[in-house]
Amino acid sequence: MPERVVENSTCPLLTSVELEKYMQTTGVRRRHCAVPDGSICSSDLCFKSANRLIEELKWNREEIELLVFVSQTQDYKLPATSCLLQERLQLSTNCMAFDISYGCAGFVYGLSVLSSILSTGNIKKALLLVGNTQSFYASPEDKSMSLLLGDAGTAMALSYDLKASEIYFSLHTDGRGKDMLIVPDGGCRNPYNIQSTVMEEFEDGIRRTRLHEKMDGLEVFSFGLKAAPTAYKELEAAYNIMEKEIDYLCLHQANKFLCEKIRKKLQYPEKKVPYNIEEFGNTSGATIPLLLVTKLREQLQSQSLNLVGIGFGVGLSWGAVNFHTDKIIVPELLTL
Amino acid sequence: MIMTLEEFVIKIAGEFDETPIEEFTPDTEFKALDEWSSLSGLSIISMVDEELDKQVTGADLRSAVTIGDLYDLIQQK
Repeated sequence: MPERVVENSTCPLLTSVELEKYMQTTGVRRRHCAVPDGSICSSDLCFKSANRLIEELKWNREEIELLVFVSQTQDYKLPATSCLLQERLQLSTNCMAFDISYGCAGFVYGLSVLSSILSTGNIKKALLLVGNTQSFYASPEDKSMSLLLGDAGTAMALSYDLKASEIYFSLHTDGRGKDMLIVPDGGCRNPYNIQSTVMEEFEDGIRRTRLHEKMDGLEVFSFGLKAAPTAYKELEAAYNIMEKEIDYLCLHQANKFLCEKIRKKLQYPEKKVPYNIEEFGNTSGATIPLLLVTKLREQLQSQSLNLVGIGFGVGLSWGAVNFHTDKIIVPELLTL
Repeated sequence: MIMTLEEFVIKIAGEFDETPIEEFTPDTEFKALDEWSSLSGLSIISMVDEELDKQVTGADLRSAVTIGDLYDLIQQK
């Protein structure tokens, strides 16, 4: 978590009345944001988390044979950031490392990839690093984005265990929604050019360049309202998951208004659905692991928990996961 | 779930706090109301999901001009 905090109440784009309404709807009062000058990258946040986790687990670094870095704010276009992290974390060169370019559903997708690889039994220890410093993708003149996004980097350790309980997934993609959350220029399809830096006007007083992230708020809301409950219901139907047996439902912290609608649709009581969006905003793929650390740390360390996570967003992609933990080690939240 | 156009107009009116209910008819151009904002759009999407169990998209809201247009669109889903 970057130490630097940006208070939404100081935003010059909205009147204080509009600001208060916005903060009540989205739930975001402040965010931790890295300065986009290369001083703090997603990899740095994930590195610090992973390093502390390895130390507290007392893991032998040589035994970690898989590292996956899930992010859409990689250090370089190439090489993959996971390679850099392998070196920084002093892992063996026997370690398999790769990036997954994913956002909001990134934790669920990443967990499915790691758990699938581990389940063959060939690899015994793995790290799932999910992080984003995408707050700078928001145009400072885009009120729909600039008050929403926060930065974070997380690390989760997984190990092969014959006695481990099942992990259930429901995963989906719909590329028809590609334009609903997109940074148009800077990739290979629309290479960076002088036009990319021009501020363009859009409806509702929004201004952004083609290097900023565009979000179609109405479409994304409509999508999330349908996708998240659908993914959950698929898990419910396929694996007989019942609300009364689930300890906590961890929703991707997209927007509190949306998440509350999802919670009510799934008929989960408030006490089972933690939020940290007020303090950290929408940190993309990191939202679910960040919830675990900031809201469920004590419970994760002292109890066995039955958890559901639902991620949904950019792609469009969405997914739900049901997993169990048993008195796991959870280091405190760190800052950089 | 079935809802008449009249009931739908009332439901839409319910998503606006400041505009008097008399201003809401099937011919009301809801996006032209002073009170309209992107938050109104989210509220309407949510209301249709809750009351009618149907998905209204951003494209639907953009293409419908009047409340009646939106009602017709939803009926076809």
